[in-house]
Amino acid sequence: MKRLRHAAIAVLATIYLAGLAAGWLAPAGYARQFRNAPGATPSLAFPLGTDELGRDAFARLLYGSRVSLSLAPAAAALATLIGAMAGVTAGYLGGWVDTCLARVIDLFLSVPWLFLLLSVRAALPLNVPPVESVAITFLLLGLLGWAAPAHVLRAAAREIKSEDFMLQAKARGCRRVRLLAMHLLPNLRPMLAAQFWTSIPVFILSEANLGFLGLGVTEPLPSWGNLLGGLQNVDGIVSSPWRLAPLLLLVVVMTCFHQVVRLEDFSK
Amino acid sequence: MTARHVPGCVVAIPGGLDGGRALASCAAGQWPAVVTALLFSACCCWSASRPAEPVAGGELRFCLRAEPRTFDPLMAAEEPDEIVSFLTGGVLIRMNRLTQAFEPELAESWRLSDAGRKIEFKLREGVRFSDGAAFTASDVLYTLRTVLDPARHSPVGDPFRNGSGAVTVSERTDGRIVVAFSAPAAGVERLFDQLVITSARSLEKLARPAEMPVLGPYRIAEYRAGSYILLVRNPHYWKKDAAGQRLPYIDSIRLSIQQNRELELIRFLRGQIDLINGMDAESFDRLAAKQPAAARDAGRSLEGEQLWFNQVARSPIPECRKEWFRSRDFRRAISQAINRADLARVVYRGRAAPAIGPVSPANLFWSNAQLPAPVFDPKAALARLVAAGFALSGGTLRDRGGHAVEFSLITNSGNQSRDRVASMIQQDLARIGIRLNIVTLDFGSLIERITRNFNYESCLLGLVNVDLDPSAQMNVWLSSAANHPWNPGQPAPQTAWEAEIDSLMRAQAVEPSQVRRKALFDRVQAIVLDQAPVLYLVDKDSLSAVSGSLGNMSPAVLHPQTFWNVERLYFRDPKGTQH
Repeated sequence: MKRLRHAAIAVLATIYLAGLAAGWLAPAGYARQFRNAPGATPSLAFPLGTDELGRDAFARLLYGSRVSLSLAPAAAALATLIGAMAGVTAGYLGGWVDTCLARVIDLFLSVPWLFLLLSVRAALPLNVPPVESVAITFLLLGLLGWAAPAHVLRAAAREIKSEDFMLQAKARGCRRVRLLAMHLLPNLRPMLAAQFWTSIPVFILSEANLGFLGLGVTEPLPSWGNLLGGLQNVDGIVSSPWRLAPLLLLVVVMTCFHQVVRLEDFSK
Repeated sequence: MTARHVPGCVVAIPGGLDGGRALASCAAGQWPAVVTALLFSACCCWSASRPAEPVAGGELRFCLRAEPRTFDPLMAAEEPDEIVSFLTGGVLIRMNRLTQAFEPELAESWRLSDAGRKIEFKLREGVRFSDGAAFTASDVLYTLRTVLDPARHSPVGDPFRNGSGAVTVSERTDGRIVVAFSAPAAGVERLFDQLVITSARSLEKLARPAEMPVLGPYRIAEYRAGSYILLVRNPHYWKKDAAGQRLPYIDSIRLSIQQNRELELIRFLRGQIDLINGMDAESFDRLAAKQPAAARDAGRSLEGEQLWFNQVARSPIPECRKEWFRSRDFRRAISQAINRADLARVVYRGRAAPAIGPVSPANLFWSNAQLPAPVFDPKAALARLVAAGFALSGGTLRDRGGHAVEFSLITNSGNQSRDRVASMIQQDLARIGIRLNIVTLDFGSLIERITRNFNYESCLLGLVNVDLDPSAQMNVWLSSAANHPWNPGQPAPQTAWEAEIDSLMRAQAVEPSQVRRKALFDRVQAIVLDQAPVLYLVDKDSLSAVSGSLGNMSPAVLHPQTFWNVERLYFRDPKGTQH
């Protein structure tokens, strides 16, 4: 099992490094339109052919991987951080603070967040360059995706709070801040890590959903979302299967993440 | 009716009206193929090609690309509203989309008098609304007075306000309706083609559309917001066929609200919908490869893609950008920097042509053939910008104040062709140091921005021309009009050239001579090309998909291309329409 996990980590690292080296591996760039070669088949010049505007599909895949694999962990970290603050505060303090925060968490969980995301995205300023736009998209994902980690962490904090070692420390006069920092948080660490790792593929897929709707990362910057959007033409896929490369890569990455993040490894 | 796919064009073969269209739309080199096909059709399939007797029944299904914003036919401004109005509304006279001649509808006859100042309608007797109530002259009076009320801001009413004087409506003692204009109203009949006759009772029930009495072939039976609109046959529709059978033939129409055109095509290929009214070239090519008989190219259409800049003074955008957008040189430079030929070739796969001006050459009489075709010349564009005070430094164009020239372009999501046009424009403008930020919005948000809060900088959209006559475009060209794209609803024209367009449009609207009207409208087109408030990008071909099971289908260039004769469409096998 460990070997499989190491292999998954190696694959993820390779994909990420390939994304970082996109400028070197695919010098044509992701935005340049070769207008005399739209929809070209794979060749030495274009290993995955070109898209409908004549842009190098391989370059777009590499740059898209860089975007999605860089920003999804950042969004996951933000969501986990906010979720931890809210969940641990609620679970640890209990009482009316817990009641209020639990209601807010439930409210966020019940909101159809994709529509909320669409509304917030539509209300943003229009004149945002593509790079900032992609950052905003993932920032929104992070800011709106904290409720699920908060829910889990609240439950975990409540459970740990009633453990014998916590009661013992409290009985020995350990102050609240010390209890939190020295006893509660270290025991929550596996749960925090699990939340972080499981959020990454969720955010990658969320951005992909937005991109598929044409509302994610803006042109000409590629992301897995807008690359997957190009797969709407089913007939085109049958006649040119290399266009499935973004989907294949997404499946590989998701599978690798699931190998890396095995929840039982985070249990105590 | 069958069709063959000949390289370069789709040929429809009779029997029906499509034979003439096929001959007209073919290039000379393809004549032998057409003649062979016609002979083959005539010799071998004579009995099979005889038109079958129309059969009543079935459900016609097709898609609306957005949610209708209103069911008030007098406020219809967007395509979905207009489609519902077209299918449910009765009009006094209607233009036959194929022959382009006017035909009587609720008016049995009409007569122009007083040098075009008056039009007099003799109303058809025995006509009833869908709820059984009698159609009377008072309904026509109510409709006309409502639409002419300036407080209503009805887009349908704009073309009536062609002169400085008021339009009066009266009923004669013999029940005839007289509409009197203060000045001669040129081509006045076409004003009534889009004027859906309604009643006070009807408009009172706008909130409950299923209860709205209508005079058209169908009435709204059910509306599920975001999902579908079900129209059912109007049991009191007045029209009958030659055999005396009451029209329409088809029992019901289900309009699915479907923004995604890919899904629309997939649904067509699976037989879940019966027609697609207006397709993009990529989908059309795919359809032609799979079902050549269903792919119909009616030739160059009146639809095009266009881009305009927000020139609304009170819009919440930076002052420097307002200044750029108000500059003729800036707009013309952008126009010069866009490679329209590439747009037509790459995005539309050759099923479009670079647009020259506001009127497509498909409009044979009104398009101005003297206009020079826009030339793609990024160097000249940059030189023009430099002459206007801009400077290119470090690959970035800057204005006099040192602001980097960067602006956003909004367009609606879910339209891949439009996305690609935007991407190509983005690259074209990058060559002259301009950064274009593309923003795709859902259609509702986009309309909100371009018509209400004006919080946008430039917009890429296609507008549908529903009428050939320039007077029908008064709601676009008059500076006071609600659909004046770049600066709507001006209390007074804000520029001299807009004032000139206003006066030319008003003059042509009252000019009895078609030749002089043409000269006036040619001048409008020349001003628009010179000032470039709207950049016309491409004129698209009229492409549609039509199920082979539909009879009496004759796609036209004019909107709505495939179902303009909806009451006469029929299913050859209505029982087979259970999807």
